[in-house]
Amino acid sequence: MRCPSRSGLRRERLSVTGAGPVGPYRLVRVGRGDLDPGEPGQFFMLTPPGHVLPRPMSLCLAPPGELAFLIDPVGKGTRALAALGEGDEVDVLGPLGRGYRLDVGRPLLVGGGIGIAPLPYLAARLGDAPIVLGFRSERHAKAAALLPGAQIVVDPVLVTEALDPSRDLLACGPEPMLRAVARIAPEAQVAWEAPMACGFGACYGCVVELGGHLRRLCLDGPVLAGHEVLAASDVSERAAAA
Amino acid sequence: MILNGSGCLDALAAPGVARALDAFVTKTVTPLPREGNAPLRIAETEVGMLNSIGLANPGIDRFLADLLPGLARLGIPIWVSIGGFSAPDYEDLCQRLDGRVEVAAIELNLSCPNVQAPDGGVTELVASARAATAKPLYAKLSPALPDVAAVALAAERAGADGLTLVNTIRGLSLDEETLAPTLSTTTGGLSGPALRPVALAAVHACYSASTLPIVGVGGVESGRHALELIAVGASSVGIGTILFRDPGAPARVRAELASELAAIGLSDPAEARGLARAQVALLPV
Repeated sequence: MRCPSRSGLRRERLSVTGAGPVGPYRLVRVGRGDLDPGEPGQFFMLTPPGHVLPRPMSLCLAPPGELAFLIDPVGKGTRALAALGEGDEVDVLGPLGRGYRLDVGRPLLVGGGIGIAPLPYLAARLGDAPIVLGFRSERHAKAAALLPGAQIVVDPVLVTEALDPSRDLLACGPEPMLRAVARIAPEAQVAWEAPMACGFGACYGCVVELGGHLRRLCLDGPVLAGHEVLAASDVSERAAAA
Repeated sequence: MILNGSGCLDALAAPGVARALDAFVTKTVTPLPREGNAPLRIAETEVGMLNSIGLANPGIDRFLADLLPGLARLGIPIWVSIGGFSAPDYEDLCQRLDGRVEVAAIELNLSCPNVQAPDGGVTELVASARAATAKPLYAKLSPALPDVAAVALAAERAGADGLTLVNTIRGLSLDEETLAPTLSTTTGGLSGPALRPVALAAVHACYSASTLPIVGVGGVESGRHALELIAVGASSVGIGTILFRDPGAPARVRAELASELAAIGLSDPAEARGLARAQVALLPV
């Protein structure tokens, strides 16, 4: 079941080839079909069975013939995705959005919690870049198995205490961590997150404040420059306080 | 004819999806630019989705200068949805659009649940628009009206050329853990499957009251859903929330509708219009 190719958006019903735990998360692998894995940091929309809306998921790994997504089962939709097992089918649309720029001289990958999701594919594409990961507990840190050789810090130690800000930072993680990274490295590339209904500019649900305007993260991101994120966090905080 | 629901597709961001439609309906354009409401703007429920976008749009000046030429190049009829806060707003917007050959029709958004309702009744707003343009005018109404058929008739008498039924209906969802309202605006517009029977009832009522063509919109996900809207009186069908999950829906729904029609011995959707009225409900034995 594929979109007409003229739509420019590719959606397929893919079969789950395997799923298993990675620390507190779940890695779900699907047959790739004719979907392109895209660039690291881009995302796919996965429709949880029985749900009205799909969920945005960055690509975690691109094994031959497969796409793999790291799921944190924190809500109804992600719990339904995490419950997928071998042989189940799931509708996948993508790749979507703007990923990381890979033309960097001295990369350093920075991840926090479930934000490590896009880093394995990013690391594979960049070669042997160093990696710093932060987790809130030893249990969560088990997910670092996806990134052998990474330096790991666990709360209360923060990743920002362990990284060299003079490097080209490529980060993904919770908003407070990304804000902290952006403050010490405004040119860092940070993968931001927002709820999305579509992923291709139709719903206007994923807006964040960029350059003084509410812009759609699915089109302008999800990877942004650190200095853009500082403004984005301002509007989020205002919205949260409203 | 298959259209999109206003606000459910950006034809310039996804031109291939728009070209699969028989006409594209723009996101509502207002007199002045609007950033829209603060995040969080969308939420999923078990039966549909809530949105509280708040008519984010670049305003009529930038729409005419920057967006309309690109939309016209898509090669499909462009319907411009407009919204305002008073009768003069609707009049001005229609005047601005009247001279633009790129505009096939104007849809009057008289029913957004996420912004303050315009001053003036439907009769006054439609009459003001009518006085300003010769373009086909479609009045988009709320299913929350106590008597939607009476308002449809008022729109017809004020000069509307068609009806779009329905807009979203106000709803609210709570965060799973905190029980706080999910949306920043507390409430939003409910669309998707939950709206389907609501749209059927509104189209059914207005088809009986008015002779105008009707664009039926509300929870359509399949050809069967489109057929049901046509059977209660829709002459065209709009698809909305399903586009978010399945941007291939226009071609799929069209093909499924053709199959549904063929299964009942029909070839043209027009032959199915109002079929439900001709059917007699079976009484329990």
